[in-house]
Amino acid sequence: MTPRPIAAAPAESLESVAFDAALSARIDEMLARYPTRRAAILPVLWLCQERFGWISPGVMRAVAERLGESPAFVEGIVTFYTMFYTSPPARYVLQVCTTLSCAVCGGRELVEHLKRRLGIGFGERTADGSFQLIGVQCLGACGGAPVVQINDDYYENLDAARLDAVLGELEGSR
Amino acid sequence: MSGEAVLLRGRGRPEHATLKGYLAAGGYEGWKKALTAGPDAVVKEVMDSELRGRGGAGFPTARKWSFVPKDHPGPRYLVCNADESEPGTFKDRELMEVDPHQLVEGVAIAAYAIRANTAYIYIRGEFVRWARILEEAIAEARGAGLLGKDALGSGFDLDVWVHRGAGAYICGEETALIESLEGKRGFPRLKPPFPAVVGVFGKPTVVNNVETLACVPHIMTRGAHWFASIGRPRNTGPKLYCISGLVERPGVYELPLGVTFRELIYEHAGGVRGGRALKAFFPGGTSAPIMTAAEVDTKADFDACAEAGTMLGSAGVIVLDEGVDIVEAAANVAHFYAHESCGQCTPCREGSDWCVDILDRVAAGHGRAGDPEALLRICKFSSGGMTICPLGDAFALPISSIVTKFRGEFDRRIAAAAALPQKKLPVLPWAGPRPGFGS
Repeated sequence: MTPRPIAAAPAESLESVAFDAALSARIDEMLARYPTRRAAILPVLWLCQERFGWISPGVMRAVAERLGESPAFVEGIVTFYTMFYTSPPARYVLQVCTTLSCAVCGGRELVEHLKRRLGIGFGERTADGSFQLIGVQCLGACGGAPVVQINDDYYENLDAARLDAVLGELEGSR
Repeated sequence: MSGEAVLLRGRGRPEHATLKGYLAAGGYEGWKKALTAGPDAVVKEVMDSELRGRGGAGFPTARKWSFVPKDHPGPRYLVCNADESEPGTFKDRELMEVDPHQLVEGVAIAAYAIRANTAYIYIRGEFVRWARILEEAIAEARGAGLLGKDALGSGFDLDVWVHRGAGAYICGEETALIESLEGKRGFPRLKPPFPAVVGVFGKPTVVNNVETLACVPHIMTRGAHWFASIGRPRNTGPKLYCISGLVERPGVYELPLGVTFRELIYEHAGGVRGGRALKAFFPGGTSAPIMTAAEVDTKADFDACAEAGTMLGSAGVIVLDEGVDIVEAAANVAHFYAHESCGQCTPCREGSDWCVDILDRVAAGHGRAGDPEALLRICKFSSGGMTICPLGDAFALPISSIVTKFRGEFDRRIAAAAALPQKKLPVLPWAGPRPGFGS
């Protein structure tokens, strides 16, 4: 199992966004699940992030128009929740848990190792756009500490060697 | 009963996660029984079982259901809280993985009990895989006529939808979850009105945890009396304990309520890693006041933990051994809550940041005389009803418990710092993102 890489759209192409028929149909499906249009905002943002790679201001405007909200309201949502990318992400986003169980079970050492190996700190990405490192709070998998989430997938019971093997595989899959 | 798996009976049996396997194991019998018995009989059965909420507060589940006004016209909602985010907690993920239909059945029965025709399962955004598992299970159940219009020919309609969050611990608090489900920022609401009266979309709503709902089908099939015979009075039923941190065998253990922390840590989890000595443990997630090695014979149930001045919470037991620096552990906990405070209430927003500043300073060897008192003062004014939701208490109680129970370690660190040449590390107002640990 390897995580699906994020295929981020280039920043300039997301200034003005139109939803095609397929995406529009998926949005309609989401809208039908709730009694208000506003309630569909998280599902619709998820669909958009899946499609465009990140939530650009252009995507926010398009979502706002579709849901009958102001762009400011949508931006308020996008920035309140931590999982929406407001800039193009790397192909593989490594979210490293820094909370207590992971921290005492080798998580600190793992963070140091990752930073050394990738040559980047938290919040940064490698120059080739392959990897991005984010320090996150509890991922809810403490029994498998230390834990790293790579894109949508969880990797548990990690140590430097196991993580290196995973990263090597991802590097080779390009 | 410690030998019999109830909630985790699907473990190690992949076919149990499919509708076919679940039906073969007697699945959805509770749902059928409920539809025959009627909503009030379901509420009574669960009331008699003395089931208490597994999400953290331990509130009697059927009592929560009974607060929904019976004569309310228009829709009402059942919401399953799968926003599992309390540090040290990872049981709901396992329940969704090994037995998704058990949860779907529990959701259906609970929705029926409160006469709700729509149910949402609010799952944390990171749980992509488990959201997919649930969606598949719901589609299977709907395809078999167990859900949807006229479920099982009963005349009762029920839609169940999975709703993914997007990264916010606060959305595990039920009114924040409701706000988030409505498409807003996860800012907790003032109570009253309680969700049972004014909940999601302004309608009567019950929010129940995954594990709570997973118990319900078993109560329906095996009866309230059977459920209440497990554990002890007022603390009944099987319970999932999550054990993490420095133990030999971390994981989820299903045991009767009332097992002691000593049994949990030493018998089930194989003891402290490497045979080292136990220093302390969080009994129910990091929101629960810490317990020391001397308190390890306490029973791991709602009432015994409350009597010991802490709480069972989500039963996320985090074990710390003698080698753990307790000041750094406190700083780590403070960082979590400072990051996750929604920012609505001043005592929580500012208080959690001040605790981070002070604990980071003490941990870095720059502590000053008066720092422990300052921590205790901040915690005092952030807890006990000073904030809209319990996040204020959630950081204040564990931190003040650590300072109180391990005061000597704080004092030694600070005394050592005082002996060094003066280093000034002022507490600055927080502005912008702060580095996590190790950065």
